[in-house]
Parts: sequence; structure tokens; C-alpha cells
Amino acid sequence: MFRAVRWLALLPYLALIVGPFFLNQVTPYVFGMPLLLAWIVAWVLLSAAIMAVIYRLDPANRDEV
Amino acid sequence: MNGALIGIAAAVVLALGLGFAARRGRQMSLEQWTVAGRAFGAPLVFLLMAGEIYTTFTFLGASGFAYGKGGPVYYILSYGPLAYVMSYFVLPPIWRYAKENALYSQSDFFASKYDSPMLGVLVTLVGIVALIPYLVLQFKGLGIIVEAAGYGAIPSSLAVWIGAAVATAYVIVSGVRGSAWTAVLKDIAILAVVVFLGCYFPLHYYGGFAEMFATVEQMKPGFTALPAHGESVWWFSSTVLLTALGFFMWPHAYGSIYTARSARAIRANAVLLPLYQLILLFAILVGFAAIPQVPGLSGPAIDLALFKLSLKSFDPWLVGIIGAAGVLTALVPGSMILIATATLIANNLYRVVHRSADDARVLLVAKLLVPVVALVAVYFALSGGQTIVALLLMGYSFVTQLFPALVMSLTKRNRVTRAGAAAGILAGVATVAAVGLTRASFATLFPALPAGIKELNVGIIALAVNIAVLIVVSAATRANAARRA
Repeated sequence: MFRAVRWLALLPYLALIVGPFFLNQVTPYVFGMPLLLAWIVAWVLLSAAIMAVIYRLDPANRDEV
Repeated sequence: MNGALIGIAAAVVLALGLGFAARRGRQMSLEQWTVAGRAFGAPLVFLLMAGEIYTTFTFLGASGFAYGKGGPVYYILSYGPLAYVMSYFVLPPIWRYAKENALYSQSDFFASKYDSPMLGVLVTLVGIVALIPYLVLQFKGLGIIVEAAGYGAIPSSLAVWIGAAVATAYVIVSGVRGSAWTAVLKDIAILAVVVFLGCYFPLHYYGGFAEMFATVEQMKPGFTALPAHGESVWWFSSTVLLTALGFFMWPHAYGSIYTARSARAIRANAVLLPLYQLILLFAILVGFAAIPQVPGLSGPAIDLALFKLSLKSFDPWLVGIIGAAGVLTALVPGSMILIATATLIANNLYRVVHRSADDARVLLVAKLLVPVVALVAVYFALSGGQTIVALLLMGYSFVTQLFPALVMSLTKRNRVTRAGAAAGILAGVATVAAVGLTRASFATLFPALPAGIKELNVGIIALAVNIAVLIVVSAATRANAARRA
């Protein structure tokens, strides 16, 4: 399970390095922000969410204090 | 003394007091001074890692870059999360290896992994070359803040001197523990101030965030996305990649990693730190809010955007609080960098020459070096004319050259040889320096290249050269060794 979930960690890289090539525009505004900025902010949040899932499922975090 | 200056002075005194108090009840051995006895749990490691990341760069650099460049500033939000994602997997093995081998610094790590003190020396030199601009930008920021927030009563050059003296004093007394406790104060202060300003200015002057961006777009169409040329999407993505890879290559980052009590503390931080990154969004909003309100700043003066707008909008006492928070954001990271630089020179240059030196002697040398390093940084801070972001990106281009050799050293069977690692680092650093010196002629030298490639961040081009040389030299030296065997 954990081995498969680990690959989620690649998604933020795709979103933040490749994504701007397709989302480099001002409109539409999302939550008051230009589209590119909104995309980046969304992925900052999603990165934390993805890492939280990985942290939960990682067996290494169970035995150590 | 006006109201604003009282606030700033109080912050300096408080920082000094906390720094001195942090030492209480501890014998300051080398291990205590540099890595706090490797006894910090997740909260303090979090503060140290966050503490050195959220610096004057956050405060002045991010808002200034948004003001002067617009959309390209978003790179500052993007690279942190990527670095933290990587840190989850890369830092625990580094931490474990360092603990098992009682390492203090980044250079120790390379020297030990590649079994080569000379590689340690090379890494040390790269680290120092990258750290100096980083320290310079903290002092420079400090000068800007005190001069602006004090309504010109204290000139920026004097502020740079005072700040350097304070940081030097508490670093010598308390080492990294002083920084951790001051970091607590600093993080609360900057959090409150930046979030407040980032919400207040857009709402007060424009009635909302979308309205603010629309006003900026009316003045400068396309300004809040990436431009077609110059800092284009190619520049953006290569810069995000460069800074994400380089994030944990800074020598002072190793100091905070080694303070951790367990690998789990480091992994927990990888989850939390991306959220903390969002503070930068508020600094960026301040920069955009300043465009219609305080027009006309250009060149290095763009770093003043946040304070020009604050001076225009608030009473002196509030400017004083903003100034106090700003001073702390320069002092804490400045002191971390001072410790890292002094430890590097003492432990990884001095000790390589004087093999018989014991820990007590190395600690003494490190402490003696603190004021020397501070003086060098003061000199550059008072003489240079670059913006804060330009200084930071230069440092990043240098440290990122350490990335390939480091990551390969974590693999089970490392195919990179000592010579390959050294040659790759040298080639990368030389490329950065060469392009940096002949900046204007780079595009003219290779006019045939597509525009996208010409706009790539120099550090990424250097990284490609680095990796190519590393592979070729490693293969050659391995073949040589095999023939001899």
C-alpha cells in the first residue's frame, strides 16, 4: 500500500514545473487570484495533503518516537 | 527617538536577551554549539527550518519582486513545497548517517561518504561562496528596514553595523540554541505582521483581492502572469526546479537537520512546512498592492515597496512593530548563517590543516571567526547594488551544484567516484561564474539557440554541465581503477 502511495509525491512536481506552461494566464480569477497564482496556491495545499497521507501510511513513522 | 524606533530597539534587546538566556545550564561543547546536542524534537526543528527559510527575503524580497516583476514572483511559492516533498525521502538517511558518524556539517557528510577530505574542502568552499551573498542580503535587508521604519533617523549603514554586532554577540554566547529561541519570537511576529498587511492593503485600498489584481492589470496588462520574454515560463520552471533541488543544499540547512532527535521529527516537518509556505502569499499580495499606491520604485529600490506602502498608510507605532518584525527576520537567519559559515571554516578548513586540533580548539576558532565573517558581509552589504532576489538566486545557483553528488551518495551502490563528484561540482560552479561574469553576452554567444533555452535559469544549465562531467569522469576513473586492479 505505502509503496504505491509514495508515487503521489511526484504529482506536485508535475503540477508546479510542467503546469505553468499550460496555465500561464491572468483570467479567469479564482478566489480573487489570477489563474496561475490560484493554481500554485492550490498545489501548495495539495502538497501538504499528499505528504500527510504518505506520513500516515509510512510504517517507519509507527515504531520510532 | 520616535515611536517606531522604540519598537525596533525593543526587538533587538529582546532578541539579545533570549539569545543569552538560551544558553543557561549548558556547557557549550562543539556539539551543543553547532547542533544543540542533537536533542531537538519536531517543534524546535520546525522552527529552525522555518526560521532560516522565512527571512528578510520573505519580507522585503518577495514583496519587492512582486512589485517590480509581477507574475515571476510566484516561483517563490512553488519551490518550497517541492523541496519539502523531496525532504521526506532524502533527509532521514542523511540525518541517520550524520548521527552514526557524529558529523557536524555538510562538508563532513561529503568527506565521509566519498572518503575524501579534499572533497570536503571543495564543498566547504562552494558553501562559503554561496553563503556570503545570503548573509549579505540579510544585513542589507536589515539596513533597509531600520532606515525606512525609523523615518531616516538611523541611516542604513549604521543599522547594518548594529545588526551585525548583535547577531555576532549572541551567536558567540549561545550558538544554535540562541537562534532557536529567537526564532520562536520571530516567527510569531512575522506571521502576524505579514498576514495582517497582506489582507489589510488589498481590502483597504481596493475593496478586495480580485479588484486589486484587476487594478494592477489595468495599469500593466499581463503583469500578474508570466511575460512572453525574459522571465518567461521557461525561466520560471527552470528556476522552480533549481531552487527546489538546491533548497536543502545550503550548508546551514544541515545544521538544523542534525539538531533533530529522530528521523520522524524530520518527516513530520515535511508535512507541515508546505502550509507555512503560504505566508509568502501575503508578502506577494503586499507587493501587488503597492504598485498603484507607491509607483516609481525601480532597480534595487523595489525592495522598499513594503515599507513605502506601510509608511504611507500607518502611524509610527505600527510602522515600529512592522520594523521590529523585519529586524528579527534578518537577525535570526543571519545568525544561523554566521554559525554555519564559521563552523565550516573552523571544522572543514582549519581542522583539515591542523589535524591534531581537538573539539575545544575548533570551537574556539569558530567563535573567533564569527566577527570576521560578519565584517566581510557588512563590507559587501554596504557596497553592493543588487536586489535581494538577485543575491539569493546567485547563491542558489552555486549550492545546487552539490545536488547530484549528494543524491548519488545515498544510493546503495554509488557509481560516482571521488574524482567524478569533484569534477562535476567544479564544472557546475565554473559555469555559473562564467555566465554570471559575461551575462550580457550569453544570448549573443549562442544566437542559434531557441528563445526558451536562452531564458533557462543559469543554475540549471550549469547543473546539466555538472551532471555530464560527473558521468564522464566517474566512468573514466572507474575504468582506470578496474584496469589497475
